Order: sequence, then C-alpha cells, then structure tokens
Amino acid sequence: MDQTLIQTPVADANFVGQPATPTPPEKVSEMEQSFIQARKANVFYGEKQALFDINLDIEEKRVTALIGPSGCGKSTFLRAINRMNDLIPICRFDGNLTIAGQEIYDPAVDVVALRAQVGMVFQKPNPFPKSIFENVAYGLKIHGMTSSKTEMADRVEWSLKSAGLWDEVHDRLDQPGNSLSGGQQQRLCIARTVAVAPKVILMDEPCSALDPIATAKVEDLIDSLRKDYTIVIVTHSMQQAARISQRTAFFHLGKLIEVGATKDVFTNPREEQTQNYITGRIG
Amino acid sequence: MINFTQEAGFGLRRRKRAEARFQWAGRGAILISLAFLVIMFASIIGNGAGVIWQSQIAVTVDLSAEEIDPENIGDASFNSLVKKGLRDAFPEVEKRKEKKRLYGLVSTEAAFEVERQIQANPELLGGMQTLWVTASDDADLYISGQVDTDLPEVKRRVSDAEIAMLDKLLEEGLARETFNRGFFTNGDSREPEIAGILSSLMGSALTLLVCFALSFPLGIGAAIYLEEFAPKNRMSDLIEVNINNLAAVPSIVFGLLGLSIFLGYMGLPRSTPLVGGMVLALMTLPTIIIASRAALRSVPPSFKEAALALGATPVQAIFHHVLPVAMPGMLTGAIVGMAQALGETAPLLMIGMVAFIVDVPTSVLEPATALPVQIFLWADAPERAFTEKTAAAIIVLLTFLILMNLIAILLRRKLETRF
Ligand SMILES: Nc1ncnc2c1ncn2[C@@H]1O[C@H](COP(=O)(O)OP(=O)(O)OP(=O)(O)O)[C@@H](O)[C@H]1O
Ligand SMILES: [Mg+2]
Repeated sequence: MDQTLIQTPVADANFVGQPATPTPPEKVSEMEQSFIQARKANVFYGEKQALFDINLDIEEKRVTALIGPSGCGKSTFLRAINRMNDLIPICRFDGNLTIAGQEIYDPAVDVVALRAQVGMVFQKPNPFPKSIFENVAYGLKIHGMTSSKTEMADRVEWSLKSAGLWDEVHDRLDQPGNSLSGGQQQRLCIARTVAVAPKVILMDEPCSALDPIATAKVEDLIDSLRKDYTIVIVTHSMQQAARISQRTAFFHLGKLIEVGATKDVFTNPREEQTQNYITGRIG
Repeated sequence: MINFTQEAGFGLRRRKRAEARFQWAGRGAILISLAFLVIMFASIIGNGAGVIWQSQIAVTVDLSAEEIDPENIGDASFNSLVKKGLRDAFPEVEKRKEKKRLYGLVSTEAAFEVERQIQANPELLGGMQTLWVTASDDADLYISGQVDTDLPEVKRRVSDAEIAMLDKLLEEGLARETFNRGFFTNGDSREPEIAGILSSLMGSALTLLVCFALSFPLGIGAAIYLEEFAPKNRMSDLIEVNINNLAAVPSIVFGLLGLSIFLGYMGLPRSTPLVGGMVLALMTLPTIIIASRAALRSVPPSFKEAALALGATPVQAIFHHVLPVAMPGMLTGAIVGMAQALGETAPLLMIGMVAFIVDVPTSVLEPATALPVQIFLWADAPERAFTEKTAAAIIVLLTFLILMNLIAILLRRKLETRF
C-alpha cells in the first residue's frame, strides 16, 4: 500500500491541480496560522446574504462542531470550505478562506483538486448505486491513486477498516451499496471519503438519519479519525457536539456568535445567545 | 343521536350521485374506445389472416432430355413446358380464349418456380414430373373459398369455366393450400400471389438502423448538455421552447426538409434508407431529447453531489453515476421514438422511398421502401388479392410496434425497481 497516500504533510496541500511547487520561504511564518481560516467570509444567495463577516479558525486534526438554529448558515459555511456552493448558480462568496495557508477562492485553484483533498459526508447516506467495493474504489480510480488491482483492494480494505465497516461487509463486497442499513451506508460514505486520503473531512449532520446505535458507531468512528484528519461537523445534537468535538462554533442568523473549546462553550458560554441556545430557549 | 349514514345531510346524496355519474361516464368512454379497438383488430385480422395460406396447383411437366438440355438448364423454355402440362391436364380445352384462361390459373411466376425447383434438384430431370406451382391470385380466391358462386358470372372475378377447371383439379387432388412462406421471403411484385413483405421489412429495418444510429447519440448528447451543463438563461429557454415545438411539427415538413437539404443540396442518393433514416432522425430527435432530459432529471442529485465532493470532474460525475441510472429511461424514450418512426409514411414519400422495390435491399445505399409505404402501395393496387396483403402487412407492422412498445414498458419497469 502506498503510504504517501495517507500521510501527506500539511505544507504540501496543493489545490491548483498541478504538481506541488516548492514552498516559498514566507510560508514558514504562515505556519503559525490555524489550518482552516475564514476571514470576513460573506456568502450570498442572489440578493439574500446567508453569512456575515465570518472570522473562524479551525485547528488541524481536531473535531470542530458547528451548531446553531435551523437556517443560521451552518451548511452554507461547511459547503464554502470545499466550494460545493459553486454548484448553486446564484451563490456567491466574498472574503478569504484559506486552508493550510492557501486561498481556496483564488482563481488558480482547481475545485477538483480542492475537493479531492477536502472530502464531504452528506446528511442522507448517498452511496452510489454500485457495489460496496466500487463505492470505495471510485475515488481511487478517478484520481489514479493506485497502480494495481491488489493495491486498490488493499486500499479499499484499509478504508473500510478505518470506517469500522470491514468486519460487517468483507464477505459481500460485490453487493450493492444500498443493500446496507442506513448506519452502514453512512459509514460506507465515510470509507469512500477517507479512501482518497483527504486533509479535511466535512460532515453535514451525518447522524441525523440514523438510530442511536448507528449514531454511536459513527461517533466512535469520528473520534478515531481525529488523529489523521481535520474534521468539521454540523450537528443539531448538543450532546453529540459535546461528546465528539474539541471545539465548537455557534452560528446564529448568519453570524458567528461564539467559538471556543467545546467544554467552555457548553459550560461557560461568553455570549447570552449561546447560553439561550444550549439551554433550549432559542432554536 | 349521531348519524354516520348517507342520511346525515351534508348534501351527501347529491354528492354521491355526482360521483357515480362521473365514474359511469369514464367506464363508458373506455368501453367505446375498447369496442373500436376490437372492431379494428377483428377486421384487420379477418382480412389478413388468409395470407398464411397460399394455393398451389400441380402441373405435370415433361422434363425429358428433348425438352431440357441437362448441361444447360437455363436455356429451356419453362413457360411453354408449364403451358403444355396444363393443356395435357385439360385436353378438352381447345379455343384460344379458353386456353388463355387455363394458363391464367397459375401464376406468371410458375415457369420460374419450375426452373428453380429443377436447379435445386437436378435429379428431377429425365421424364414426366408432377411439380407444385403457385396458383394465380384469382384461382387462389376460389380455392380459398372467397368467391361467391351465387353471384352472376359477370360480377365475379372467376368465370364459370375457370371454376369448372379448378373444381376438377381440387377433385383430383391437384390443387392445395399450403403455408405461405413466400409472403415473408419475397420482395414486392405486381402479382399479388407472389408479393411479399421482405423487401419493405428490410427497408424499414435499415432505415430505423440509420435513424437510431444518428438520433440516439445526438439526442442523448444534446439532452446531457442542456440538462447538466448549459447555463440557465434566455438562450437555453429559447432552445427548450423550440425543441418542444419541433416535437409537434408535422412529419411531412421534415420530409420536405430532407428533400431540399439531403437530396437537393447534399446530393445523397434518392429513395435510400440512408436518407430515409436521416429524415426520420430529424423527426425523432426532439422526442429523444425530451425523454432523455426527463430521465436525467429523475436521477437523485445526491449521486452527482457525492461524486463531485470526491473530486470527480462534472463530466465524470455525469458519465459514471447519472447516465447509467438514466439510461433505461433514455432507451425507453428512444424506442418510443423509433416506434413512431417505424409507422411514419409521409416524410418517406417526400424523399422517394415510395418506389416499386422487388429486390431485398442489403445496404443503406440501395433504393428501398418501408413497411407503411408498402401498405400504402398495396392498398392502392387494383387487384382484389392485394386487400389481403395490405391487411397482413398492417398486422406485421402492428406486431412490430407492439413489440417495441412492450420492450419500452419492460425497460421502464426495470428502471423503477432499481431504487
Ligand atoms: N440554494 C439556496 N438558495 C437560496 N437560499 C438558500 C439556499 N440554501 C440555503 N439558503 C438560505 O441560506 C440560509 C442558510 O441556510 P443553511 O442551509 O446554511 O442553514 P443551516 O444552518 O444548514 O440550516 P439547517 O440546520 O436547517 O440545515 C437560509 O436562510 C436559507 O434559506
Ligand atoms: Mg443544513
């Protein structure tokens, strides 16, 4: 198995769709900054503004939870990080958003290269209507990441093991992905995402369609993925945010109200709006 | 006391009656259309079923060496051999006019049939042989019992003298009805008894092949581009409206277009399946585009999003994940379009595929005709026996149309069970 696929140093993040250029000297000073950095990020849907001047730092190899009432712009912010918002013709981004020091809204950035390194798991499990194996192998195939059949099989096995799904599906890899249960499907989607060794994994309410047992499994999985990936997760469950995240950001009406260590945000919020939300008075 | 019956008021009786009236009206409408369908099928099948059987007459011919040179079979006059055989069977016939009637009992093709039988089986040579040949169309009418002998002679196609001769043949077992293979293996002919549908069937098949090869890839390509890539602006709205309008344009207009562009301007050969297929492709293209776009739209967007989020390019996401799911729906649309094209006559008339074609076409560059055009030609022919052929050709055409629609329905079923 190709080890370089998993352990890509941070400074190598390269979204321009061309071979990595040598790191310019001034990069060293930027190492100080956090891994994902939003500065004065505004997002508009046509005339309507969905996010207002968001300044948010997301640390590397941590789980950051985005919480807030419905419609406050959590998904919008998440989708801004891998530029999935580009698919919505009326959606416009304004401001700065850097990952490992690289501005991702720079014209030189290739969204395909960006998305290959910033993976996403959706709210509703959406495996491809193909076999379990094909689901995981797809990203490897399109990026030409493996050079032989056995290498691909190894990589698929590794991904399914990372997602804690291997033991349940190893004897039926050729069956359709949607023959699995909802929780298994969601872990399959996570396996599919980690297979291409992204730097960041974005998750938009990944457990909202799952029952408590499947949710617990996915939460365990997220916790174990933390050591290798930077994870940003949107959740409506305060308990979930408290259980799995190290940092929490609270959004309200398109504004970032508060961000800090999860423990502090939940036990000792600085803002009254946060207090109201976590005690269930708004939302 | 609470009342939950019809008597409870709320105008229930009146509402119930209106409901019943509507349902009965619906049932009546269905019944009427079904009745018309049954009448149509019954009359077509009643008219065309006779084609399955064909009358033959046995003629004893002299195949000795004086008449036929075994080294050079083709030089013999089979026509006079057959005539002689007939004269020998009816020695009492002497007058010129009666002889002519006698010869008219067998098809003009009889001489060729004898020759073919000998070519295929040279052992027949060397003596008297009794060979079966096709009866003429009028003789066939009598043998298959379609002549009303109660009518006065002048009103019948078959005269008393002919009937007497045929009766004698039937009595002696020298006339019979056999399975009509020729209808499915022969090309068109001026003689109804040997006219077959193979040439027009092949013409239709070749035309549809060209039509499918052109319209399917073009239609799918256009649909994918319009649905997935084209910017949504006034221009794409205009294109959309125009495609929908194009689907409603009368087919003869496409025929005129083909006449002036494909034949007049591009100089492609007239009457060929190539041009016919191109014209029909123009006609089916809007149908295929509309059906394909609907099929693409019915694919859950989550597949495409998942692929894009993994770093697939838009084209990869569509070709790997959207297209396979949409394909059965697209094929269904294409088959429905092909079925439309199969039944189309007017545009083919415009580009000259109305010619009298005896030879079975083997390439798209040979002159050909199509099944519906063949039906049109036969329906127009004066010989009484062609009515039967017309009905039979309609049955063949309908069979193919039903088959194609059946395939389309099965494909759609398959699509629905995939999710
Ligand atoms: N495609 C879109 N077109 C127009 N407006 C949109 C679109 N998607 C989101 N919005 C608007 O942007 C705002 C933020 O939406 P977003 O989906 O980010 O909320 P959210 O915090 O994820 O809510 P939820 O918790 O319900 O998922 C909302 O007011 C919404 O109406
Ligand atoms: Mg959301």
